Amino acid sequence: MLRGLLPALSLALVLIAIAWLNPRAISYFGFNLMLNLAIPIALATIAQMFVIAGNELDLSIGTFVGFVGCVTATWLRDAPLIGIAVLLGSIGVYALLGALIHLRNLPSIVVTLGMSFVWQGLAILILPKPGGKAPDWLLAIMSFKPLYIPFPILAALLIAAVVHFGLMRTSYGVILRGSGGNAAALRRAGWSLLRTKIVLFALTGLFGALSGMALIGITTSADANIGNGYTLLSIAGVILGGGEFVGGRVSPIGAVIGALTLALAASPLLTFMHIPPDWQVAANGAILIIVLAARVLISRRER
Amino acid sequence: MASLRTLLEKPWLWSFVGALVVWAATVAFTGGYGAGGMVTAALSLAVFTVIVGVGQMFVITLGPGNVDLSLPANIGLASAVAMKVMGGSDSMIVVGLLAALATGAAIGAINYLLIWALRIPPIIATLSASFIIQSVDISYGRGLQIKPPPGFADFTNWQILGIPVLAMLTVVFTVWAALALQRMIYGRSVLAIGQNIRAAWLAGVKVGRIRFLTYTLCGALGGIDGALLAGYFRGANVDIGNEYLLASIAVVVIGGTSVAGGKANVPGVWGAGLFLVLLLTMLNTFGVSAGVRLVLTGLIIVGVITAAGGEKAVR
Amino acid sequence: MLQAIADIVRLDGAEKHFGAVRALNGVDFHVGAGECVGLVGHNGAGKSTLMHMVAGTLRPDGGQIAVRGNQEASYSVARALELGIRCVFQELSLCPNLSVAENTRTNHPSLAGLGWRRKAADLIQAKLDEIFPDHGISADDIAGDLSIGRRQMVEVARAFTLTREPLHLVILDEPTSSLDAHTAGQLLAFVRRFVAAGGSCILISHVLGEVLQNADRIVVMRDGKVVAADAANAFDRDRLVAAMGGAEAHQKAAAEIRKVEAGPLRVRARPARQQDGKELVARTGEIIGLAGLAGHGQTDLLLAIFAAASRAKAGIEVTAPVALVAGDRQSDGIFAQWSIAQNIGIRSLARLRNGLLISPQREAGLAEFWKKKIGIRTPDMNNNIFSLSGGNQQKTLFARALGSDAEIVLMDDPMRGVDIGTKLEVYDLVREEAARGRTFLWYTTETEELNNCDHVYVFKNGRIVANLGRDELTEEKIIQSSFGDAA
Repeated sequence: MLRGLLPALSLALVLIAIAWLNPRAISYFGFNLMLNLAIPIALATIAQMFVIAGNELDLSIGTFVGFVGCVTATWLRDAPLIGIAVLLGSIGVYALLGALIHLRNLPSIVVTLGMSFVWQGLAILILPKPGGKAPDWLLAIMSFKPLYIPFPILAALLIAAVVHFGLMRTSYGVILRGSGGNAAALRRAGWSLLRTKIVLFALTGLFGALSGMALIGITTSADANIGNGYTLLSIAGVILGGGEFVGGRVSPIGAVIGALTLALAASPLLTFMHIPPDWQVAANGAILIIVLAARVLISRRER
Repeated sequence: MASLRTLLEKPWLWSFVGALVVWAATVAFTGGYGAGGMVTAALSLAVFTVIVGVGQMFVITLGPGNVDLSLPANIGLASAVAMKVMGGSDSMIVVGLLAALATGAAIGAINYLLIWALRIPPIIATLSASFIIQSVDISYGRGLQIKPPPGFADFTNWQILGIPVLAMLTVVFTVWAALALQRMIYGRSVLAIGQNIRAAWLAGVKVGRIRFLTYTLCGALGGIDGALLAGYFRGANVDIGNEYLLASIAVVVIGGTSVAGGKANVPGVWGAGLFLVLLLTMLNTFGVSAGVRLVLTGLIIVGVITAAGGEKAVR
Repeated sequence: MLQAIADIVRLDGAEKHFGAVRALNGVDFHVGAGECVGLVGHNGAGKSTLMHMVAGTLRPDGGQIAVRGNQEASYSVARALELGIRCVFQELSLCPNLSVAENTRTNHPSLAGLGWRRKAADLIQAKLDEIFPDHGISADDIAGDLSIGRRQMVEVARAFTLTREPLHLVILDEPTSSLDAHTAGQLLAFVRRFVAAGGSCILISHVLGEVLQNADRIVVMRDGKVVAADAANAFDRDRLVAAMGGAEAHQKAAAEIRKVEAGPLRVRARPARQQDGKELVARTGEIIGLAGLAGHGQTDLLLAIFAAASRAKAGIEVTAPVALVAGDRQSDGIFAQWSIAQNIGIRSLARLRNGLLISPQREAGLAEFWKKKIGIRTPDMNNNIFSLSGGNQQKTLFARALGSDAEIVLMDDPMRGVDIGTKLEVYDLVREEAARGRTFLWYTTETEELNNCDHVYVFKNGRIVANLGRDELTEEKIIQSSFGDAA
């Protein structure tokens, strides 16, 4: 019971710390600023969550986000049709990887490790030097300022709701999660595991692409290395959100909360706490370790 | 297809063949010019990948999910520690190397402590640890502009008859590592754990001790690698280890070690290390851009693992 | 061919082998409409393999399968479901991360679209209420959080839920293994109602009483063949046991009375759940049996003793090195990548060293010695372990334990699915080694093996309930103790 609330608790703790250190941060403007990068991080975390739901791991999501960013800042603006075709094609590549991994029984860690080089290389080919510009419509969306509720929070709620419905409430979502829980049982019940793997990887590609586009909508221009940190961030977000590497136990709402926690903890909190920038990465690591330690303590008690 | 299959049965042979082919292609392109120099350069650079690759190989052989993601941070920190302890003075070289070794070993030990105490997957444990190590390194290394002692820089760049001395020493080390893997209780235990951790425990293998040793060993190798890199490139910096995260995993896989655990070989790490460096040289020689180089490297990794195929599920 | 039409399913000459192991050897089998067929036999007799074939999850290597009189050329799970044939497998088939309602959904493709959650929940809830009144399970419970008994209840109930696909035959493979007597009774009563209403059922159970009372017809399997098939009322317990075990079951003579001196103490252990003062005591040269129904704490105690040998543990005293012979070879014993010789050597690495390195000569020597001694049938001990048949793989595990420095050998039902010839060879070896002073703790599910033991502890619900001496050892005694009052 407590375990399920842990992601929300850790987010609340971070928020309380921020409010205590700098009450002015808890405002419309403050949240907009602090959660600046929360949307792409949340989308990348959701992307990672889909492969993890099928007991796989995507080590290429970061460079994929960078690749999509480069496509977004160049082709999608200059030649939208080509841009869209390339993005759809890259999602198709993800689907194919899913099929390859299933059919040849390959370790996804290695395959996606190789793909991380491929995406990075393609990104450099498209955009050898930092630059490009996001399409105007994308800039408009990402700078949307709704009344009362800061846009990043609204967007996070929307992402969590949509994915929660799709994965947790639909009848095929059950099959997708079941493929991570007990694949043999699903096969015996007549389901195609090839199909579930393809769908999960395609969804990872889709949300990875959305993450890259959202990122460019915020930063306005691209760089081939822009997404490199997202691989590890996305894995950490899923785990912070209560997900587990095996067994199909994932939670979209938890993953979004985990991403928000990471986004918040990444800089504003630590600046307020007068933690020098040098130690901010360490704080991320420490937060991960503390949450995981708390989880072990709690599940031991609940036994 | 049949010959391909037999080649794949000795996975390490395959990586050497790849290295040879790439080398031959480059030499053919240059018309024989620089054939020897290329081998020298390849050996010098491959050494650093091989050292961490061996450590990563032992970790990966422990079975699914075992991997050390803290190597880059470890290399970065250890290189800074080594340079600081040496302080530019030749008399402190050995002490500096020992300090780097100790730093790395401590990081490895902490990694295993996290895995064991928090019961979290090694990926997350070593990842969280690497975040913290990175910060320690940034903070510790700030304003640190220490060059290696001249004697150490010369030693790491020393060649006899065009063969880097560091490479010879690394060959000695890898022979020892291969013996440890196949002929010592430690290696046999690692292989047993990687195949079936429960069966290994029931067969009397000291599972906890062996896993602890393996992570510590991998950390120590990362530490020593950091010191050597700082000597070779004449200076330590935070990012010095960055490329060794993917490279250390890549040489293990291309070298024919099974990611499913329990099956490993040391020669393949050398073959794959040389292959990757020579591939880079070849693509540079061909005048290929950085982007194409990366794409080809990635496709080759995917291609190799697809050709080798996954482990057949044992019922 | 009237008979064939009335059959729901009919197999003729079904064959299946896994590598060198022949799991099914030309089996004829059929189930009629409105009939409950009991299927009995020892572990490894081929019952589960046969059922996988009926359910479409395994393809036969030879023979034919017909459903309602029609030959099925490309039979599969999907086809079986379409034809109304379902199976509750022995290994649990729920997804632990899904809720009870969601687990129902995975078996019904038609449970989709708006409101499917409500429909699935109602469906499983109603069926649970029907089979197990007062079950206390909610459709929203996550399967992994339920106790193993409740998971089994969900699984059984799920197999009887009805949507678009028809339901003619349900295979129940040990459906009561995790149920208490009360719920087991509810389930069996439901099965009778189901059959009375025209449904068919295959009931596999080790509890012979269940089969005798609930089946219309009983089929007995042994060593991959059907050895007896008759109306249920033509059988009684003795005839069933005789058919299952074969004539060689009674070989008490072979195990002639050994004179056992009470040597020094080797093991003293009290099960974690033991409340009275009973404890297991083993001395030098003794062969101690651990009996009772499967999964009643025997393996747990062996593992606790094994762990206590390397790290002190309260309530357990071990005075000599220990080795364990696994029963579940694949998950507890075998190293799949290694040769036979390496699989033997792993327990004795320290003794195989020459200086720092393991000596290949000594390793080969150890392997060759045991190849001869225990009769491992292979041209080369450097071949992969999987080149051996199941029985020889098991001998390899025995060689690993007996070739080590262990003075105490724990045996975790190691003869499961092993042919009789191998068994007899190993029995002799165990007695020989015991005579040399080794101590054996032998958990077995096969009662006749207990004849090799000096005395036998009977387990129930994780506790020792009886300690039977050699002279008071009979199958009735053991069954009486293992069922106790609740049976």
